[in-house]
Order: sequence, then structure tokens, then C-alpha cells
Amino acid sequence: MSTITQNSVPAPTTRRPVRDEMIALALMTIVLAIVPFTGVYPFFVMQGLCFALLACAFNLLIGYGGLLSFGHAMFLGTAGYVTAHALKVWDLSPELGILVGTAAALGLSVITGLIAIRRQGIYFAMITLALSQLLYFIYLQAPFTHGEDGIQGIPQGKMFGVIDLQNATTLYFVVLAGFLLGFLIIYRAINSPFGEVLKAIRENEPRAISLGYKTDQYKLLAFILSGTLAGFAGALKVFVAQNASLTDVHWSMSGEIVLMTLVGGLGTVFGPVVGAFVIIAMQQYLAGFGQWVTVIQGVIFVACVLTFRRGIVGEIGHYFKRSL
Amino acid sequence: MSINIQALLAQLLVGLINGSFYALLSLGLAVIFGMLNIINFAHGALYMMGAFCAYFLLNLFGIGYWWALILAPLIVGAFGMLMERTLLQWLSGLDHLYGLLLTFGVALIIQGLFQNYFGSSGLPYAIPDELKGGMNLGFMFLPIYRGWVVAFSLVICLLTWYLIERTRLGANLRAATENPTLVRAFGINVPRMITLTYGLGVGLAALAGVLSAPINQVRPLMGADLIIVVFAVVVIGGMGSIMGSIITGFTLGVIEGLTKYFYPEASNTVVFVLMVLVLLVKPSGLTGRAS
Repeated sequence: MSTITQNSVPAPTTRRPVRDEMIALALMTIVLAIVPFTGVYPFFVMQGLCFALLACAFNLLIGYGGLLSFGHAMFLGTAGYVTAHALKVWDLSPELGILVGTAAALGLSVITGLIAIRRQGIYFAMITLALSQLLYFIYLQAPFTHGEDGIQGIPQGKMFGVIDLQNATTLYFVVLAGFLLGFLIIYRAINSPFGEVLKAIRENEPRAISLGYKTDQYKLLAFILSGTLAGFAGALKVFVAQNASLTDVHWSMSGEIVLMTLVGGLGTVFGPVVGAFVIIAMQQYLAGFGQWVTVIQGVIFVACVLTFRRGIVGEIGHYFKRSL
Repeated sequence: MSINIQALLAQLLVGLINGSFYALLSLGLAVIFGMLNIINFAHGALYMMGAFCAYFLLNLFGIGYWWALILAPLIVGAFGMLMERTLLQWLSGLDHLYGLLLTFGVALIIQGLFQNYFGSSGLPYAIPDELKGGMNLGFMFLPIYRGWVVAFSLVICLLTWYLIERTRLGANLRAATENPTLVRAFGINVPRMITLTYGLGVGLAALAGVLSAPINQVRPLMGADLIIVVFAVVVIGGMGSIMGSIITGFTLGVIEGLTKYFYPEASNTVVFVLMVLVLLVKPSGLTGRAS
């Protein structure tokens, strides 16, 4: 896995990386907090925030653990379906709905993680892809997902009985709070001893084993954390989109998650956020061009892999010799 | 439960046909992975291109099935070699994962372009006159074309096995897989061999596409879901052995066919479930070496 480091992660610098990251985090939070007052379409930004959290969760695995999951849509879709079902059929309150959906993703990530970490590298990617396709076919046939129609018209309700999520601005700040919570959990994880061991496994797994680390347990824990947070993003997305459909479990969604992270910068803290907004914006502007969106996504994939492996944030960090 | 022999055999035949596509595709993936260390995500898109190539040959140039069986793999194989020279060769020395991402991008481009021009519906491709109709075998009715697909795929698979395991060229190929630097020192042009290997793998995919055109119709997304099943087949079989890929491919096709008869709801998922079971029991795959 050494090449991922060489080509995508900026070299460690002697400048104070934590301070740089804190400044960037503060800037990001301020920008995101004033968005509702700028007249930007809030739906777009909320959608972007959900995908940003999803990409950050995915990046925890690939960027810090060297594990490429090509099936992260399964967590997004599973949590989305469960949350939607809980809100619409069980009449649960929003906070409980999010909790149930995230818990479902947690359970799923434990099961799939135990299976997928049995192989490394390229096989890991193929196994996660196959597992997500397995779930896709299950959801296609299961009655509660309503097949091709999906679950529609989901009530947004009042969070904790007082916060009215039908108000767009209120919903925006709830989604923003959820995003920041997930982002900080990931940030904390990658800067913890756990994160350091994860990076050691990415660099040289046999050596990490020889140092006495039970690498399988670390990889499983990373997978569970990543899957659960991806599910959390999926649960939040239900309130924004007010539906849950097969699109969110499809392999093309898993591919989009990979693309967002690749464009922003694998193994960078802020890259997935930037990448998610870039890709969502692109889809928004090119929505009328049909399948050209797919073609352009493919071209971006090829271009990124061949010439732009550090991604947007990775390149900026490299230029300024800072870790972002 | 009473067993309807006719229906069972019919599903078994469908299973064998799917199995021959799995075998041809996973064989190509294994050969490519051996030489290039790349999992070719574009394999499904190239399979689709094989089918479209046969369709164009017939409808634009009036060239029929038999010539398409030879020409389509050559044309698509040449396209593959061009792809290897212009894109894939720059990835040597990088992590395997970049090969997967690059070929995934290529698959999106190819499938997106075909969808733009042909939508998502299927185009018909007629069975050639010589293979129309069926034979009554006494215990079942065998459509000749379907029997032909199974027999022909099997022959091609065995020929590929022979080429790689029993000829001088194959010996060079296997040696270059093990140690490219040393083989180069013997004066063998390894980069050209890599290009040809990719062309061979892609040609096999295109051949499967031509074979499938009269059965499954020609659709831009015909390879998109298939490739994921083939990935599961590869995980089950492991990529260490050519014969292993062939046997695993056919076996899984048959199991899928049987599932279609006994429990149709699970026929889409049975290969993935088997993959999970194999991973739990024997993580390195049935024939694969431990990775």
C-alpha cells in the first residue's frame, strides 16, 4: 500500500499540521454556517453535507487504512431505508429514526466487515462490491423497500419534540451539526493512537503484525466506524431528500463515493468534503445532459488516476507544504 | 415436491450458458491480473462492446455471425491494446487499486457513450440460420444455438488453457508473470507481451459478448451487472489457476441455474452468498494461493 502514500498524501511537514487543520476547520465551519443567509439553494448544500460526511467516512478506510471499499453505498442505503421506514411506518421521532438507521448500518458493517477483512488489497474491493450487490438484490425484492418506487413522502417531524425539521433553515443547521459531529469523530480517530496504528497497517501490514498489533481487529474497527458514519450520513439524507430509493444502494453510488474522495484527495482531512461538493455541483449543472454525466465522471476518474492522484486538497497541501 | 424434469433441464442449460460467460470473463480477468496486476473493471463494458461490434458488423456491413465471431474479438482486442498502451501502461509500479479505479472510469465512459446513442433498451440480434431450431434429445428439447454456445465456450476455454499452460509462448508468459525483469534479461519483449496479454483477455470478453448477443439482446448495460458477478466468481475461485477459473465459472453457472428452478427468488444472489460462505471457510479462494 506504500504507493498510496507516496502519491496521494502530502509528505509530513515540520510546520504545525494541527494548527493548520484547526484554522481550516474553523473556516469551513464559518462558511457553512453563513450559507443559509447567502441565498444559496439550501437543499443543494444539505445534500452536499450528507455526501461530504459519507466521503469522509469512506476516506477513513482508504486514506488511513489503505482499504478500498467499493460497496459503501450499502451503508448509505441501508440506514436510509431503515430510517425512512422507522419515520413513516413506526412513527418514530426524528432523533430515534436516525438512531435506528445508524444502528442498522452499524450491524451491517460488523457483519460485512468480518467477511471482507478476510482478504486484502484488490480482493477487498471486489468483496465489498459483491456484498453491496447482494444487498441491492435483497432490497429490490424485500417488501418494505417498495422495490423500484422506494419509500416516498417521509415525514420530517419535530426533533426532540421542539425542533421543527420542516423549516428549511432549521433542517440545515441540524444537518450541519450532524456533519460536524461525524467529521470531528473521524478527525479524532485519525489523530488518535488507533489512527496511527491504522496508518502503520497501511504502510506495512506484516511489520505491524510483527510489532504485536492484531491488525485484523484494527481493520475491522476502522471498517465498523466507517460504515456506521456512512450510515449516519444516509439517515440524515432521508430528512433532506424525503425519500429512500434503490439508487442509494446501487454500485454506481459506491463509485460516486470513490470519485468524490479521489477528486478531493485520498488521505486528506478536508479533501472528501471538497470533492463531494465538486461532484454534487457538477451533477446539478449537468443534470440535463443525460448520460453525459456518466461519461464525464469516467473521464474525471481516468484523469485523476493518471495525472492528479493527490486530488484538489492534496495538491494545495503539497504546494503550500502543509497537511490539510 | 414433484420435479418437472423439462423445466429443470432448461434452467440447467441456462445455467451452463451463464457459466460459460462467467468462465470466459473470469479467465480473461485472471490472465490480465497475472500480467498487469490490474483488475480490469472495464471487462463488462468490453464484453458489451463485443456484442455491439457484432451488431454493427451485421447492420452496417452485412457481415454475419460467423465472421463476427472472429472479427469482433480482434477489433475489440485491438481497442483493448490501444487502451493498454495509452492508459494502463502508466500505472505500472503504482498500487493495484489505481488500476481498478482507472478501468472503472473507462467502463463508465464506454457505457455512458453507448447509453447516449442507444438508450437502455435491447437491440435484437438474430440467431444465424445454421444454428436455428432445436434437437429432441428424448429427455429434453435442446435449442441448437444454446448447445453451441456451451460447447464452443468450453473449447475456447480449453484452448486458452493449452496456450498458457502447454506452449512456449505460454511458458514465457508465465515466466514474465513471476519475474518480468529476469525474463526481459533473456531478450523477451515483456511490454509487448503485456499488451498482447491484455488484448487476449479483452478478446475473450468480446467473444463472450458475440456469443451472448442472440440470447440476451444487445444492451449498453449488459456487462455492468455481469462484471460484479464475475468478480464474485473470481473471489470464489481465486486467480491463481487457469483451469480453476474455468471450472469455477461453469460450476457457479450451474448452481445459479439450479437455484432458478428450486428457489427463483435467490437466483440473483446465490453467487454472492456462495462467495460469503467460501470466504468464511477458505478465505484464499478454492484454487487461489494465499494473498
